[in-house]
Amino acid sequence: MDLNIIWFILITILFIGFFFLEGFDYGVGILLPFLGKDDRSRRAVINTIGPHWDGNEVWLLTAGGASFAAFPNWYATMFSGFYLALVVMLLALIARGVAFEYRSKKEDKVWRTRWDWVIFISSFIPALLWGVAISNLIRGVPIDENMNFTGNFFTLLNPYSLVGGLASLALFTLHGALFLSLKLTDELLDNARKTAKKLWLPATVLLFAYVIYGYFETDMFSKLGVNPGVTPIIAGAALLSVGYLLKIQKEGWAFIMTALTITFSTITVFIGLFPRVMVSSLNPDWSLTIYNASSSPYTLQVMSIVALIFVPIVLGYQIWTYWVFRKRLSTKSKLEY
Amino acid sequence: MDALFLARWQFAITTVYHFFFVPVTLGLSIAVAIMQTAYYRTGNESYKKMTKFWGKLFLINFAIGVVTGIVQEFQFGMNWSQYSRFMGDIFGAPLAIEALLAFFMESTFLGVWVFGWDKLPKKAHLASIWLVAVGSNLSAIWILAANSFMQQPVGYAIRNGRAEMTDFFALITNGHLWVQFPHVFFGAVATAGFLILSISAFQLVKKQKHEVFLKSFKFGAFYALVGSVLVILVGHNQAQYMIKIQPMKMAAAEALWNTENPAAMSLFTFGDEKNRKDVFAIKIPGALSFLAYNKFEGEVRGINQLQAEAEQKFGPGDYVPPVAISYWTFRIMVGAGFLMLLIAALSLYKAMKNRYELKPMMYKIVFWSMLLPVVANTTGWLFTEIARQPWTVFGLFQTAQSVSNTVSAGEVLFSLIAYTLIYAVLMVIMIKLMIKYASRNVDDIEAEEAEHTVLSNA
Repeated sequence: MDLNIIWFILITILFIGFFFLEGFDYGVGILLPFLGKDDRSRRAVINTIGPHWDGNEVWLLTAGGASFAAFPNWYATMFSGFYLALVVMLLALIARGVAFEYRSKKEDKVWRTRWDWVIFISSFIPALLWGVAISNLIRGVPIDENMNFTGNFFTLLNPYSLVGGLASLALFTLHGALFLSLKLTDELLDNARKTAKKLWLPATVLLFAYVIYGYFETDMFSKLGVNPGVTPIIAGAALLSVGYLLKIQKEGWAFIMTALTITFSTITVFIGLFPRVMVSSLNPDWSLTIYNASSSPYTLQVMSIVALIFVPIVLGYQIWTYWVFRKRLSTKSKLEY
Repeated sequence: MDALFLARWQFAITTVYHFFFVPVTLGLSIAVAIMQTAYYRTGNESYKKMTKFWGKLFLINFAIGVVTGIVQEFQFGMNWSQYSRFMGDIFGAPLAIEALLAFFMESTFLGVWVFGWDKLPKKAHLASIWLVAVGSNLSAIWILAANSFMQQPVGYAIRNGRAEMTDFFALITNGHLWVQFPHVFFGAVATAGFLILSISAFQLVKKQKHEVFLKSFKFGAFYALVGSVLVILVGHNQAQYMIKIQPMKMAAAEALWNTENPAAMSLFTFGDEKNRKDVFAIKIPGALSFLAYNKFEGEVRGINQLQAEAEQKFGPGDYVPPVAISYWTFRIMVGAGFLMLLIAALSLYKAMKNRYELKPMMYKIVFWSMLLPVVANTTGWLFTEIARQPWTVFGLFQTAQSVSNTVSAGEVLFSLIAYTLIYAVLMVIMIKLMIKYASRNVDDIEAEEAEHTVLSNA
């Protein structure tokens, strides 16, 4: 296995970490205005991700930095190509980070309600856009022989990518509801459970519709043959089981299952892409691959050493923080945010 | 207006804005960690109040610093994709390492610190703020390693139509990094010191003569003085280094049109940039040679000669950065630095004599002095980046080559307006919150904390 493949796997892992962790953060943000009826319960909802959201977001920044370091042409083509979509995403991320920190710093109803809606919108947008972005990566976008993106903003907004966006939005929201059902108590817990139950069917339908749509729009599954392979089956089965697990009130397992769905969907996408990182819709030979988009062997080697040392350390202390803040929250808890 | 012009404006605006918050984070994280260490060691409640008071201001600042940093990381790919293709093999590495090594650490442990006051043993909680401080400053080192490569490219070879890394250790032992990081670091210490000093003066004069602010005033003055003295010393060191590696930058800083030996230092030059000559100038003979080489002789090369040299080396072109901007930003930075030194020394003297009753004039000076480091930080970066033009990577790759070739001027304009608007709104909100939390009664902090637990809104 060469270093290019190792880096492809590492970036897959970074995206899994990001979608798994930020996935429920987005979900919590989206559900915030609907779950909490008064200020105190809204604060409890935000505080469930309070200690974690910032660290979770770094998974994205690391994935971005890693793609820059390991596959500079991928980073350059994607970031300049998906320009306006990324501007919208960045505006959301800017607003979102500040909103968490500032929302409860003033005893003012209007102030807090406004920030609540900022949190909602700025969680909704990236949750949707990530599905759109991933769909375009695998469906293919116009890339010329010089690795230049020749489309525009509207090239990215096709029916397939929109279905993908709705699927990621629904999946992340469900994932968030399940996270909340593990982190809250009392009435808020009941609300989270009810919401998760309501979200399960639409999320499942959308994800399956997206997969079926993918048979026609991408080469992902034809690449994998008639037998779709183990990874999408695990992803699908895990999501199906959530419905049953919710019925028997096993939210912990249900959360693990949405985590598995996210993980294995991401793996499926990256296996379908391999060895490409961006598909050219103009000519298959113009696709960006882990070879023509990559850094030099020396840089990949340096980065591999750094990653192999530090990714486990980061995982270690992040897991530790979830253990430190494992206690469920209620409106009566001490709330920082 | 073409995409290049707009992309440059966007880089300038977003970077300067981002760097309003970064130095505060770097310096204040350490200050708060020191305060909490004092609390841990002595058990004195006033140190705890101090930690909480300044900790809140730290958080308000930190939030904007983080989110504006995301724009920075994305911007290279979005607006400067040609740069990213050419330099990614080298430039991407420090950015990725920064995220993995430093940014994860500061973000994760900040969460632990904010939410962990009564969930962790005291020692572990104290460790978390130190990890935030170390993480933030480590992060600065990696970003500056990337910037240092742009100032002084090392450890690379041009292969396969791009710059490729050949020696990672050259990148982190780059001489430029180790004159630049101390300058940025002590600048950040001074920035945080003045923030603490100014707000403490405000509290003491306008609000309450509370023990917390007496202590904070003294601490802030000391911290600001240490920062100011050292930022000047290492800054001098850095300038001497720059004369060697980027003589054009320093020639522009001095508006030195022609090579001189011994070289005079300009106190004030009103020049004609187009024809490259002085209209009116006051100069100290030999002083520039002295600053450059510690003796009153020695050749300092001028703009005309350096331009001729560059043409020989790189072919025809204009290799002179905007001289007036370089000259004035450099002078404003240095001037602000010396004012900082003076005010910090005076404030520390007052604090040592326990004379906290500042006269109205002195109070005004001390209060507004918190803006001096901001001015110095901003002009310093404007100088270092503008006087490197026309290069993005000195001697290797030019700004005009770096811009994205597939992004239209309209798209850059849209994002420029969008960022500027949201940044402006955030600035207003942040200042309002800062004022609110800076004028807080420290004795209410405990009560407010208690309010977090009680159902006050039910």
